[in-house]
Amino acid sequence: MIYTENLTKKFNEFVAVNNVNLDVPAGQVLVLLGPNGAGKTTTVRMLDSILVPTEGRAVVAGYDVVKDAEAVRSRVGVLTEHHGLYGRMNGDEYLEFFGELYGLPRPVYLERIDQLLKQVGMDFARSQRLGEYSKGMRQKLSLVRSMLHDPPVLLLDEPTSAMDPESARMVRDAIKDLRSGDRTILLCTHNLQEAEELADQVAIIWHGQIIANGPLQEMKAGLLGPVEYEARVVHHLDGWEGRLSKGVFLTGRGEDWLRFKIEEPRETTPRLLRKLLRDRLDVISFREVPHTLEQAYLKAVSQVQKEQESDQERKEDQELEVDHA
Amino acid sequence: MLESLRPALVITRREVRDQLRDWRIIFPIVILTLVFPFLANFAAAQMLNFVTKYGADIIGERLVPFLMMIVGFFPISVSLVMALETFVGERERGSIEPLLNTPLKDWQLYLGKLLAATVPPLVASYLGMGVYTGGLLLQGIPLPEINILLQVLVLTSAQAVMMVSGAVVVSSQTTSVRAANLLSSFIVIPTAFLIQGESVMMFWGTNDTLWYAVIGVVVLAVLLVRVGLANFRREELLGRDIDVLNVKWGWRVFKAQFTGGARTPWAWYAKSVGPTLRKMRKAILLAAVIGLVGVVVGYFQIERFNLPITETSLKEMDSRISQLVQMWPLFSFGPVLYIFWHNVRTLLLGMVLGLVSFSILGMIPLFGTTGVIGYLMALLSTNGLPVWNYAMFILPHGVLEIPALVLASAAVLQSGAILATPSPGKSIGQTWLESLADWCKVMVGLVVPALLVAAMIEAWFTPRIAALFF
Repeated sequence: MIYTENLTKKFNEFVAVNNVNLDVPAGQVLVLLGPNGAGKTTTVRMLDSILVPTEGRAVVAGYDVVKDAEAVRSRVGVLTEHHGLYGRMNGDEYLEFFGELYGLPRPVYLERIDQLLKQVGMDFARSQRLGEYSKGMRQKLSLVRSMLHDPPVLLLDEPTSAMDPESARMVRDAIKDLRSGDRTILLCTHNLQEAEELADQVAIIWHGQIIANGPLQEMKAGLLGPVEYEARVVHHLDGWEGRLSKGVFLTGRGEDWLRFKIEEPRETTPRLLRKLLRDRLDVISFREVPHTLEQAYLKAVSQVQKEQESDQERKEDQELEVDHA
Repeated sequence: MLESLRPALVITRREVRDQLRDWRIIFPIVILTLVFPFLANFAAAQMLNFVTKYGADIIGERLVPFLMMIVGFFPISVSLVMALETFVGERERGSIEPLLNTPLKDWQLYLGKLLAATVPPLVASYLGMGVYTGGLLLQGIPLPEINILLQVLVLTSAQAVMMVSGAVVVSSQTTSVRAANLLSSFIVIPTAFLIQGESVMMFWGTNDTLWYAVIGVVVLAVLLVRVGLANFRREELLGRDIDVLNVKWGWRVFKAQFTGGARTPWAWYAKSVGPTLRKMRKAILLAAVIGLVGVVVGYFQIERFNLPITETSLKEMDSRISQLVQMWPLFSFGPVLYIFWHNVRTLLLGMVLGLVSFSILGMIPLFGTTGVIGYLMALLSTNGLPVWNYAMFILPHGVLEIPALVLASAAVLQSGAILATPSPGKSIGQTWLESLADWCKVMVGLVVPALLVAAMIEAWFTPRIAALFF
C-alpha cells in the first residue's frame, strides 16, 4: 500500500529527507517516529503528492506519487499537524464542503458524515461553529474529514501534538477505531507511548534518514538484544557471589534484585531458579523485563551518532594525512 | 469543461459565504457601495454648476465619467486585501493544506480563489456605479456616452483582476499576511499611478486614447493571471517555510546559470552563451518583428508630423558633418565612451522597465529606435532626398548596434516569458535569478562588446563616411 524507494527531498541545499525506504502492506499501522524537524512532515507531503521528490520514487495505493498525483490524492486521507479549520463554518458545512471537493455524490457524503461523526462521538457538535470547538474536537473533526472519502491509506501527521492528555486519548481511541483489515495507516509522531500503543511497524527517522525500521518487537530485539529477566529477593544480597550456569549472564544487581540475560530461556531459566533457591535466596518474584520503545529509540540514535562521530574523525585523520603528505 | 470548473466554484462559494459572514469585510463594501456614490453625485452636481458658470462645460462632461471610475474603483480596492487574506492568510492559518490534500488541480484552486477575491468587490463596484448612474438620472445630469461607460466598466474589471493576480504573485513569495501587506505596495503604488494616468487621459485625451489604457490594463491583467497560475503550485505554496534572504544561494544560482560550468572564455561562449542564444530563438525573432513594426509605425507617422526640410538646413549639413569630424577626432575615446554609455544606459533602462511590466515596456528602446529610423526614412523620401545617402549616418555603426539592440530586447522578452511560464521544480526566485543571469550573459558576451565596437565606428568612422556622400 505504501512503498518508497530512496525517497529524497532537498530544499535548495538542505536535505530534508534522505533515501527513505519504506514498505507498508495493507492493514498495517506504520509509526514514523522522530524528533521535530526530522523529516516526517516532508515525507507525508511527498506521499500525498504535494511535494515532488527530488530523487527516488514512492507508490501509494498502487499509484506513483509523481505520475498519478491526483489518483494518489483521491485515495489518501491526510490529517495534518495543524487542523486549519474555518472558524465561521459549522461542522456539517465544513464536512459537506470537503465531500464536494472529493467529488462524492451528496447522498453518499451526507451518509458518511453521519456515520463518521457518530463513530468518533462528535455527532452532538455538528451545528456548532468550528471556532468554538476544543482542540480535541477540532482534531477529531479533521480526522473525520480525512476519512470522508473512505481512503485506503491514511497519513496522520502528529495527530496528538500539543494536546492535553484527555484530548490526546480521545484522538488515539478514534484512530484505533479506524483501523481495519485493508486500511494502511502511516502515523507520524514523536510521542513514544503513542507509537508503542498504535504501531505494527516502526520506522525511526533522524535528520531525514531512516535509522531503524521493522515490526515493533523485532526492531526492539534487533536493537536491544534478547529481553532481560529480573529476580527480587526478600533479604539483602550482601556477599552473594553465586556462579551462574552456562548461557546466563548477570547484567545488573541492586540491594534486593538481580537482572539476567538468558540465551535459551526455556532450558536455562528453571536451572537458574533452582540455583538461586539452592543459594538460599528467598525469591519473591521472577519476571521478564520488557524493552521499551524509548530504549530502542535512544539506542538507535546513539548508534548513529557514534557512527557519525567516527566517520568525522576518520575524515579529519585523512585530511591531516593529506596535509602532512 | 463545466465539470472541471465545478470544484473551482465550490471553493468560490465557500469563500464568498465566509466573507459575507465577516462584518469587517461587509461594512466597508456597503459603505463604499451605497454611501460613497451619493457623495460623488453631490460632488458632480456642485462641480457642474460651478464650471458651467464659467463656460467650462467640457470639464463637467469629463468629470462625470471620472467620478464614475472612482466610485467603481473604491470597492475593488478591497479585492487586494481579500486576495492577500484568501491566499497567504489561509496558508498562515494552515487551512490551505487540507485543500491541497484533495484531488483539486492547482488551476482549479487558483481560479476558485481568484473568483472569490474578485467577484464580490466587482459586484459591489458595479452596484456602486449603478447607484451613481441612478443618482445622475434623478438629478437630470446627462449620462456619459455608452463608449465611455463601457471603457470604465472594462477598466474596473481588468483592474480588479490585475490587483488580485498581483496579490497572488506577492502571496506566493511570503509566508505571512504581514509580509504580504508589506509587499503589496508593489501593487498599490503602480495601481495608483495607473489611476492617475487614466484620469489624465479622461480629462485631456480623446475617447480613443482611453481604449489604449483599457487594452494595456487587460494585457497586464492576463499576464499577471498567467504568472499567478505559473507560481500557484503546491510545491511552491508549502515548500517555503521562512522568509529569509539567502544571498549565498542566490549567488550560486546566478553563477551556475551565468557560467554554465565553463572555466575559460571560449568554453563559456561555447557552453553557455551559445545554448542561451539557441533557447532565445523565438524571442530574437519576435524582437526582430517588433523592430520591423517600429520601422513601419515610424514611417507612417510622417502623415501626422510632417516636418519640412528647408534648403538652408540641407546646406548646413556639410558644415555640421565637418564640425563633427573635428569634434570627434580619430581614436579619441571621449566620444566613444559617451556614445557607448548612452546606449548601455538605454538598454539597462529597458531591462528595468521590462522587469515591472513582463517585458512589455522593455521593448520601448527597440521600438523607439526603429520607429525613429522609419520616420526619418519617410521624412527623407517625402522631401525627395536620397534615402541611401542619408543611411550612411546610421549604417556603418548600425550594422552592429541594431542587432545588439535586438538581442538585448530579446533577452528582456525571454525573461518576461520565463516568468510567466510554469517552471516545474523551480521557485519564482530561482526562475527570476536564472533569467537575470541569461540576460547578463547576452549583455556581457555579445551586446556590450558589439556596442563598444559600434561606438568606436560611430565616433571615428561614421561622420567621415557620411562626409563622402555630401
